[in-house]
Amino acid sequence: MRDFSYLRATSADAARQAAALPGAMLLAGGTTLIDLAKCGVAAPDTLVDITHLKGLDKIEVNERGATIGALARMSHVADHAGIKSRFPAVSEALWQAASAQLRNMATIGGNLMQRTRCPYFRDPSNFPACNKREPGSGCSAIGGVTRGHAVLGASDACIAMYPGDLAVALVAFDATVHLGERKLLVDDFFLRPGATPDREHAIEPGEMITAVEIPGSAAARRSTYLKIRDRQSYEFAAASAAVGIEFEADGRTIRDLRVALGGVATKPWRARAVEDALKGKVLEPDAVRAASRLAVEGAVDHGANHYKIELAPRVVARAILKLGETV
Amino acid sequence: MTVHTRHGDASDGALAQAVGGRLSRVDGPAKITGAAKYAVEQQLEGLAYAALVESTIASGKVRVIDTTQAEAAPGVLQVLTPDTIISLRSASDWFGTPPPDKPYCPLARDITFSGQHVAAVVAETFEQAVAAAALVKVSYDETPSIVDLSDAKAGDGIPVDAMTKEWGDAPAAFASAPVRICAAYNTPREYQAPMEPHGLIARWEGDHLTVWEPSQWLDGMARTYAEWFGLPFENVRLVSPYIGGGFGSKALALSHGAIAASAAKMLGRPVKLVMTRPQTFTGYGGRAATRQTVTIGAGHDGVIQSIVHRGVNETSIDGMWVEPLGSVTSIMYATPNFSSKQNVVRVNSVVPGAMRAPGENPSAFGIESAIDELAYQVGIDPLEIRLRNYAEQDPHARKAWSTRQLREAFAAGAERFGWARRTPEPRSMRDGNQLIGWGVAAGTYPVRRAYGEAIVRILADGSVEVESSSIDMGQGTYTILAQTAAETVGVPADDVVVKLGDSRFPRAGVTGGSRLAGVMTGAVHKAATSALDQLIGLAISDPRSPFHTLQANTLVVSNGRIGSPRGDGPEVSIAELLKSVGRDHIEATGDTMPANSTAEDRYKNYTTIAMALPHTEGNYSRHSWCAHFIEVRVDEDFGTVRVSRVVSALDSGRLYNPKLAESQWKGGIIMGIGQALLEEGVMDRRHGRIVNDNLADYLVPTNADIPDIEVISVGIPDLHSSALGGKGVGELAIVGVAPAIANAVFHATGKRVRDLPITLEKLI
Ligand SMILES: Cc1cc2nc3c(=O)[nH]c(=O)nc-3n(C[C@H](O)[C@H](O)[C@H](O)COP(=O)(O)OP(=O)(O)OC[C@H]3O[C@@H](n4cnc5c(N)ncnc54)[C@H](O)[C@@H]3O)c2cc1C
Ligand code: SF4
Repeated sequence: MRDFSYLRATSADAARQAAALPGAMLLAGGTTLIDLAKCGVAAPDTLVDITHLKGLDKIEVNERGATIGALARMSHVADHAGIKSRFPAVSEALWQAASAQLRNMATIGGNLMQRTRCPYFRDPSNFPACNKREPGSGCSAIGGVTRGHAVLGASDACIAMYPGDLAVALVAFDATVHLGERKLLVDDFFLRPGATPDREHAIEPGEMITAVEIPGSAAARRSTYLKIRDRQSYEFAAASAAVGIEFEADGRTIRDLRVALGGVATKPWRARAVEDALKGKVLEPDAVRAASRLAVEGAVDHGANHYKIELAPRVVARAILKLGETV
Repeated sequence: MTVHTRHGDASDGALAQAVGGRLSRVDGPAKITGAAKYAVEQQLEGLAYAALVESTIASGKVRVIDTTQAEAAPGVLQVLTPDTIISLRSASDWFGTPPPDKPYCPLARDITFSGQHVAAVVAETFEQAVAAAALVKVSYDETPSIVDLSDAKAGDGIPVDAMTKEWGDAPAAFASAPVRICAAYNTPREYQAPMEPHGLIARWEGDHLTVWEPSQWLDGMARTYAEWFGLPFENVRLVSPYIGGGFGSKALALSHGAIAASAAKMLGRPVKLVMTRPQTFTGYGGRAATRQTVTIGAGHDGVIQSIVHRGVNETSIDGMWVEPLGSVTSIMYATPNFSSKQNVVRVNSVVPGAMRAPGENPSAFGIESAIDELAYQVGIDPLEIRLRNYAEQDPHARKAWSTRQLREAFAAGAERFGWARRTPEPRSMRDGNQLIGWGVAAGTYPVRRAYGEAIVRILADGSVEVESSSIDMGQGTYTILAQTAAETVGVPADDVVVKLGDSRFPRAGVTGGSRLAGVMTGAVHKAATSALDQLIGLAISDPRSPFHTLQANTLVVSNGRIGSPRGDGPEVSIAELLKSVGRDHIEATGDTMPANSTAEDRYKNYTTIAMALPHTEGNYSRHSWCAHFIEVRVDEDFGTVRVSRVVSALDSGRLYNPKLAESQWKGGIIMGIGQALLEEGVMDRRHGRIVNDNLADYLVPTNADIPDIEVISVGIPDLHSSALGGKGVGELAIVGVAPAIANAVFHATGKRVRDLPITLEKLI
C-alpha cells in the first residue's frame, strides 16, 4: 500500500517549505488531486493541506479591480456581489463549472492548477504512453479518441485540451496570479505544451498561489461567459468564450474588446486577432461573425475534434452579439 | 386522467394504503436517513478485501503473470491467477440449459476483451488490495481484435434463425410499392450505470455459502453459485435487501462473484469485492451496439404495404447475446407483408447484457424513426400516419390484443401536448436562435409472466408480515406488496412489514422484463387470502372466540378489526382474537404456480427463465403501450439539443400504485433522453477499449437536462395479463423516447440523425 504523510500547514511559509520537498504536493479542496491519486496519476509522498491557512480566502472588489484569495471557494466567488456586478464573466465561468458539490469544495488556486481531462492521461494502467505524465513516453491520444482534444496550441508531443473555465475569463481580462511576491499574467502562467507537456504552469517548487488579481475595466463590467456543451450542466466545454466589451459614447462603436476561448486549446486562449479586427468598428452582426472566425486561426484538428473549429467562432460571435444587445 | 406527481399532498392517507393508492415508498425513510444497509455494507468479522486485475489488451493470450511484487506487498493474503484459483464447474445459463462438462475459470488466460479479469489480490484492507493489484505484472501475446460492428473483420455475423419473422412477400411488395423508404439506424454501446456498483461479500461456513450481493434475482444467482461450487442449491444463501439500481445488470451471477467466492473459500475468511466505476463498464455487459435497416413500402396514402427489416447486434467472442431488434417492428403497425431477420456479430467485447427494455428499445428507434421518415415522404402528419397503420390485432401472432390503449394514448398525449398546433415543415418553429421541433413516437413492451410465492403471517400483535425472495431495486416492491397484503387482510399498510431480498424466503423468479409486480402481487394476494380465511375460520369455529356463539358463516376484517358484515355483534382487534384463541400467529403460503407443479417445476420456475409464459400464450397478445410527445430546442449555431417538454401517455393496465408507476415511467423517459442525446461508450479502435469508462465522461442526464415531464395513465385493468390487472411498468417508458427526440430534431432542423446519440457535431 502506498502510504503518504499528511501535514497541516500552519503558515504560508511553512506550506511553501514543505511543498518544496520532492514528492510533496499542496492540498486544497482536493477535487483534482484526490481524483488523480485514485486514477494512479498523482502519487504524492506528502500532502500539505493549506485549507486551514488564515486570510487566503478573502475576496476584495473595488473600482481598481478584484483580488481573490487562493483559498476562496469557487461557489463563494461565483456568488460574490462585487464579482457578479464588476466581473460577470468570472462569476458565470465559475457557476457553469463542475457541479455544486465540487464548487463548494474547490478553491481558486486549485482551479488554476487543474489538469487535463485527456482520458489517456487519466488511465496509466491501460495507456502507459503519455508525454504529459511520463516525458518521452509518447502520446496515446494522437490517432485515438480525440473528440475532446485541443485544436489550438497543440504540439507533436501533446494535444491535451485545457479544460477549465475560470482561467479563460481571467486571461480575457489580463488577470495576474500572485505566487507570494512574484506576480505574473495568468496568460503567461499557463504554458503551451511544446516539447515539455509535463510542465503546464510557470510555477516553481516551493511556490504557492496566494491570490488572483483582476484589473477592473469597462470591458470586464460588460462581460459574459458562454459555455457550450452537450450536457446542460456538469460537463467541460465543447467550446466556450469569455467576452467583454466597451463601447464608445455612441454606444455602437467598439472601444475595447476582450475575447478568450475555452475548450479548444491547450491553454486558456486569448483571441487577440478577433479583438483587433473589431476594435474601432461598429458592432454589426456580419462583421462580428467574420471577425470571430479569426479566433481559430491556425487551428489543426485531429478528426473527431474538427467540430470545435466550426463551433468556437460561433460561440465567440454569439457572446459578442449578446453583449451588444444589452446596449 | 392526469397523474402529476405532487409534493406534500395528502395522498398517503387511508386510501393510499390500498392497492391502487398513492402510498409513498415504505423503504424511503430508511434510504434517506442512511439506515438502509446495502448488501456490501455488512460488517463481518475477519473480512478480507479483493481487488481485480484486468486485461489491458482486447485479444490475445496471457503470457506470464508476475505476482512476486504483489505477494510481497503489505497486507496481501493471496494473489489469485488462473493457475492458483480453485477450479469451478461450469454453470447452466439462465434458460437452465445444462452446462458443458468442463471446468470454469473466472480468471482468463485467453483474452477476448479489454477489461477481462485476469488476476485478483486479496488483502487485509481495501487500500492494500488495490495497491497490490497495481503491482501484478501481466504480459500478453496480443492478436488483432475485432473492434466493433464497423470493423472490416467483423463480417456479416451469424444468423439467428429464431429471430426471423415473415409473412406475405415483403421484398416483392416493397419493390412494387409506390412510396419506398430505406434507412439504417445505429445505436452505440450503452451502459446501465447504476449508482451502486456491483460487488459482493462471500462467506463460507463449512459447505454453506452466504453471498451478500445486489441482485435482481436471488434464486437464479444462488443456482449459479451452487453449480459453480458443486453445492446443493439449499446450501447457498443470497442476501440483497436493497439494490442501488440494476437496470438489467444485476440479474446474473458474474465472474467477479465467482472470484470473490473462490477467494473466500481458499482463504477461509469472508471476502468483499466491489467493482471500481471503470470496471462497471468492462466487467459485464451494457446494451449491445446495434444496426438496423428498415425499409417500408407504402401507398401515397401512407398505408404500409411492406416492411423489410434487417438487424445486427454485437456479441462477444465466446458468449451469445441477442438483442431482439424486430420485436417492435413486427407488432407496431399493420402490414400485409413483413420480413425481419437478425444476425449477431462477434467482437472483442465483454458479452453484452440486459439493459432497460433490451430489444424493444433499439427496435423502436428503428421503426419509429422510419415511420416518421415515411410521414414526411408522403406528406402526412406523423401522428395521423400512425393511426392510419394502427394494428387492430397482433399482426405477427394474429391474436387479439389483451388490451391496447395506444389510440387512447395518442389522443390523450396529443391533446395535452397541443399537437394540433404543430406546423409540419421542418425549421418552421423557432424562438430566436432556438429551432423548435415536436416529435412523436410510440413504445411497447410485452407482458412477461412468471411465477412467485410468498408467505403471509398474521402476528400476535395484529400486524402482518410478508416474506418473499423477490427484491426491490427502487421500483417499489416493498410498498406494493404492503398495499396488497393490507388490502387483502384488512389492515392498514403501516401494519404490514414486508421482508425481501433473502433467498431463504419463499422463492421468486427474476426481477426483469417488468414482470415482478404482476407476479408478486398475485402471490401475496393468494397467500394473504388464505391467511385471512384461516383467521376467519378460527374466529368462527374456535370455541374460545367471541364470535363462536354467533354461528356466522363469515366475518369481515377491516382496519385491523374483525366483526360481522352487518356490524352487529362483537368487534375485536386481530390481536385480541388471536389472544383469545391462544394462537401466536397464522401463516399461509401462496404461489402462482399451476396446481399440479412438482418440486422440480418449482425449482426451474424460480431459477431459470425457461418456464415464463409467452406473452402470446392462449388467445391474446399482451403488451404495455405508450406514446411520447416531445419538444426539443436546437440551437441553430451550436447544434445543442435540449428537451424542453415531454408529455407521455402510457398504458400499463391497472396501476397498483400510481405514484410509483409514474416515478418509474419518468425514470424511463429520463434514461431515454440520455440515450437519445448523451450516452455512448466511446471506443479507442486501436486498443478495443472504451475510454469514457467513468461518470464524468460517460454522460447521463443531469437535472438541468430534464424538463417537466407529464405522464398520463390511459391503462385499464387487464386480467389476461395479471391477477390484479396490471401490465409491465418499468421498461415501457424508455421505449420510443429516443425516436421521439430524433423525430423532433428532424422537425426542428431538417436533419435526420440516425446514429445515437444526437451530439452537437451531428447538427452543426
Ligand atoms: C467531475 C469534475 C468536473 C469538473 N468540471 C469542471 C468544469 O466544468 N470547469 C472547471 O473549470 N473545472 C471543472 N472541474 C475541476 C475543478 O474545478 C477543480 O478540480 C478544482 O477547481 C480544483 O480545486 P481544488 O481546491 O479542489 O484543488 P486540489 O485538488 O486541492 O489541488 C489541485 C492541484 O493544485 C495544487 N494546488 C492547490 N492549491 C494550490 C495553491 N494555492 N498554489 C499552488 N498549487 C496549488 C495542488 O497541489 C494540486 O496539484 C471539474 C472537476 C471534476 C472532478
Ligand atoms: S494528449 Fe497529452 S495528456 Fe493526452 S495522452 Fe497525449 S501527451 Fe498525454
